[in-house]
Amino acid sequence: MLRAVLSRSLPTLRRLPVCHYSAAAIPAPSTQPEVHYNKLFINNEWQDAVSGKTFPTINPASGEVICQVAEADEADVEKAVKAASNAFRLGSPWRRMDASHRGLLLNRLADAIERDAAYLAELETLDNGKPYAVAYAVDLPTVVKCLRYYAGWADKWEGKTIPIDGDYFCYTRHEPVGVCGQIIPWNFPLLMQAWKLGPALATGNTVVMKVAEQTPLTALYVASLIKEVGFPEGVVNILPGMGPTAGAAIARHMDVDKVAFTGSTEVGHLIQQASGSSNLKKVTLELGGKSPNIILSDADMEYAVEQSHFALFFNQGQCCCAGSRTYVQADVYDEFVERSVERAKKRVVGDPFDLKTEQGPQIDQEQFNKILGYISSGKREGAKLMCGGGIAADRGYFIQPTVFGDVQDNMTIAREEIFGPVMQILKFKTLEEVVTRANDTKYGLAAAVFTKDIDKANYVSSGLRAGTVWINCYDVFGAQAPFGGYKASGVGRELGQYGLDNYTEHTVTVNYISHNACQLFEPQCPQDQG
Amino acid sequence: TVTCTSAHILPCQRVRGIHHTIFVPLFHPQVFIGNEWHESCSGRKIPVYNPTTEKLLCEVEEADSDDVDKAVRSARAAFQMGSPWRSMDASDRGHLLNRLADLVERDRLLLATLEALNCGKVFLMAYFVDLMATIKTLRYYSGWADKIHGKTIPVDGEYFTYTRHEPIGVCGQIIPWNFPLMMFVWKIAPALCCGNTVVIKPAEQTPLSALHMAALIKEVAGFPPGVVNVLPGYGQTAGCAISHHMDIDKVAFTGSTAVGKLIQKAAGESNLKRVTLELGGKNPNIVFADLEYAVEQAHSGLFFNQGQCCLAGSRVFVEEPIYEEFVRRSVEKARSKVLGNPLLPGVDQGPQIDQKQFDKIMELIESGKREGATLECGGSPGGQQGLFIQPTVFSNVRDHMRIAKEEIFGPVQQIMCFRSINEVIQRANATQYGLAAGVFTNDINKALTVSSALQAGMVWVNCYNAMSIQCPFGGFKMSGNGRELGEYALQEYTEIKAVTIRISQKSS
Repeated sequence: MLRAVLSRSLPTLRRLPVCHYSAAAIPAPSTQPEVHYNKLFINNEWQDAVSGKTFPTINPASGEVICQVAEADEADVEKAVKAASNAFRLGSPWRRMDASHRGLLLNRLADAIERDAAYLAELETLDNGKPYAVAYAVDLPTVVKCLRYYAGWADKWEGKTIPIDGDYFCYTRHEPVGVCGQIIPWNFPLLMQAWKLGPALATGNTVVMKVAEQTPLTALYVASLIKEVGFPEGVVNILPGMGPTAGAAIARHMDVDKVAFTGSTEVGHLIQQASGSSNLKKVTLELGGKSPNIILSDADMEYAVEQSHFALFFNQGQCCCAGSRTYVQADVYDEFVERSVERAKKRVVGDPFDLKTEQGPQIDQEQFNKILGYISSGKREGAKLMCGGGIAADRGYFIQPTVFGDVQDNMTIAREEIFGPVMQILKFKTLEEVVTRANDTKYGLAAAVFTKDIDKANYVSSGLRAGTVWINCYDVFGAQAPFGGYKASGVGRELGQYGLDNYTEHTVTVNYISHNACQLFEPQCPQDQG
Repeated sequence: TVTCTSAHILPCQRVRGIHHTIFVPLFHPQVFIGNEWHESCSGRKIPVYNPTTEKLLCEVEEADSDDVDKAVRSARAAFQMGSPWRSMDASDRGHLLNRLADLVERDRLLLATLEALNCGKVFLMAYFVDLMATIKTLRYYSGWADKIHGKTIPVDGEYFTYTRHEPIGVCGQIIPWNFPLMMFVWKIAPALCCGNTVVIKPAEQTPLSALHMAALIKEVAGFPPGVVNVLPGYGQTAGCAISHHMDIDKVAFTGSTAVGKLIQKAAGESNLKRVTLELGGKNPNIVFADLEYAVEQAHSGLFFNQGQCCLAGSRVFVEEPIYEEFVRRSVEKARSKVLGNPLLPGVDQGPQIDQKQFDKIMELIESGKREGATLECGGSPGGQQGLFIQPTVFSNVRDHMRIAKEEIFGPVQQIMCFRSINEVIQRANATQYGLAAGVFTNDINKALTVSSALQAGMVWVNCYNAMSIQCPFGGFKMSGNGRELGEYALQEYTEIKAVTIRISQKSS
């Protein structure tokens, strides 16, 4: 993901394949970053869980415990919501703050994260397993840019005055929704936090955020920066905890005005239901995908192979927008498969702190087992295993880069989200056929098409039912461009100006103007007294 | 003793202040082109004065048409397709503006002192109002850089159409002396945010803060050479060369209406460059109620910045029942004003900018007396030395008098009487100007009726001079063309390009 950012942060590398990083540009990491914060962050204070419970967070490269972290459940959510509601009360410092000052605080938060980027990248790698070079060169700059982007919006989210019929003056104000529950996943812990906090805080909401139990550490460090730069207490509350307890408590809470969730489609259903059975809180969902990546025969082969490899394998395949159905036109199919296998075999899997590593471990035992299960199903259902397919180390959750050829649309690996380093390559003949097959899924998050023909590019990109379509590129994200899914891939959009919609209520004020009181049309107008 | 030091710009030059020795960093008193400092082509220099003492502060290189040519070539080169500036990410343009704001914040004391010295502004005002606005303007437009959205448009037929909002190109910007620093950033911030390049001419009276800004632009290290060029010079030479230049794509001017007409004409005679103008005003301030608060607001609405504001509320219309009391209290207020060295604490009003303005204001005061207005207080020069004028209040002012029609641009308040809402609307609008207006009333119907009836770019209700960077600023009628500040300003610095692509089959 996010190659655009990478190429910009490492401009000298623009022409190199995206997965090669310059060791010179990246500071040598400490492989044992100190953990400073492991408690709940409520009201700008560090607190133990009400229950006193803790849970271990694991280093996925070794399977070892990094540390214990306070485990929030319903009682802590209650406390956090109270803090957030209080911070949102009418007349509070946060509600009275100039919008431009909210923007300034977000800018300062970006500055603080930029200052501590190397440490945060180390901590992210330790807790999540993603290669340090990627965390430092992709995740961290993207986080900073996202916060700066929304800093700018704070005083630019303008309402309108509206010329309604009659003697009325009518205008809209874009007001914050209120207390926002935000539940984020483990695949991009820092980035998902920024995507959620940026628009919510720019528009003046308060936040109760539950971070994934697999990856709580960087979010808690960012909490300390939130306090450092001067956000009022209660504006941001951060709770490490489990989905079925803390997450569920947020989703059904009667005083949470909005919930934003990024994660699996399965849990997305639960969140939407919880809203329906509680207070009809606004819901935005950013869920799973099975995104088609379509290679036409006129595409630049070498480039398309590299991009398609990146589209699937980036972040250990743990991307909701992973290009996990690679459709290749029949006349170039064999060559494409051959080259993709070659590329996958060259992928460097190993210690994520090693700057040469392209692929680290999967996040945990559960995902590890699930991915291996999908690989078995692929073999069982008759796809052709071209390379990989097994575990890649004797400890930690490493899986070999895996490529399946001859994949059919009805196979499990072509229908379900694997969320691992497993590439499916399918064959097609005509454009009409591939658009139909690409759209034949419950998902609709992202898609891509590779071709030099502008007409074909337009035909395919407008025919695909997906929230994002890339033409001759993949995983190009900018804070400026909206991201979100059609169908069961989600509800609403994050990023860009569109991202602000989800965090604001548009209040219409209609003011009756009584002209009687003003005698505007009196028959005789007194003249200038001179 | 006020001492300003700035570690990054050396050496310091000693400048004689009024009572103190003030250390002002010797910014380069030169022409700034292509991120470098140049002597002027003619070798001439502009004398720069301190209006508080009328003494020479220093001399600055004087740009004229040859220097303008040089600067335009530099700005054009910076704007070439494929140049670093044209290929820069919009968010990076924004980030550069944010870093410039950081440097202005660092040098806030120095810049405020320069403004007080060179412009005669009350130091605390310069520090809190001008500098705050300057910093906020840079930060505000920093945020817009990557939010200037085009559209995709559902056109009829088998076409795909989208718009791109592209920079116009080389922008000439000519700014006045009353808010030297604020006007500088009002002009450059939206221009740069949209990706233009700039040739900016500060006023000959007040080039110092602009030259320090040029040094900061260079220090930010990231604005490519030629993106901003700063040319101190006179209107008749450098300003005229900018407005007539065949390779300047847009000119933005803030100043008098008389010169605004020349700029518009020059654009017509040369290459039809886009023109935005922010010109004079004779702004009505209408008082129905809320006596005490309105007196204070009407007073500062006129006397702020020595009365040297295009926004000045220079026609105060007061409802008959409270007229006499309003005049009495306004006079009290004006009499309590302390004139003096603007660098000293406790001073409310500094000198006027130069002898020419001073003479013009004194002449208008005389005309007021001659035409029969009642001089309630002031009316004379305000000291032995320096260009001070006593805070002056006229009552019984009639709409036909010169002081009620012409922009005085000095500390002279005109108070008129009115009886009905309809009358005051008509009288308020009976002017060639239409910049700003104020209404004081607690009656929501009157407030809404008057504010929609007034022909003015800004209407303040129960406040005056309530400006903010988010809010557009500009004039109806002969007060100008176009708007500065807010999102609206972006329109003035972008061309819209509609791209239409033939497609084989449309899909909704």
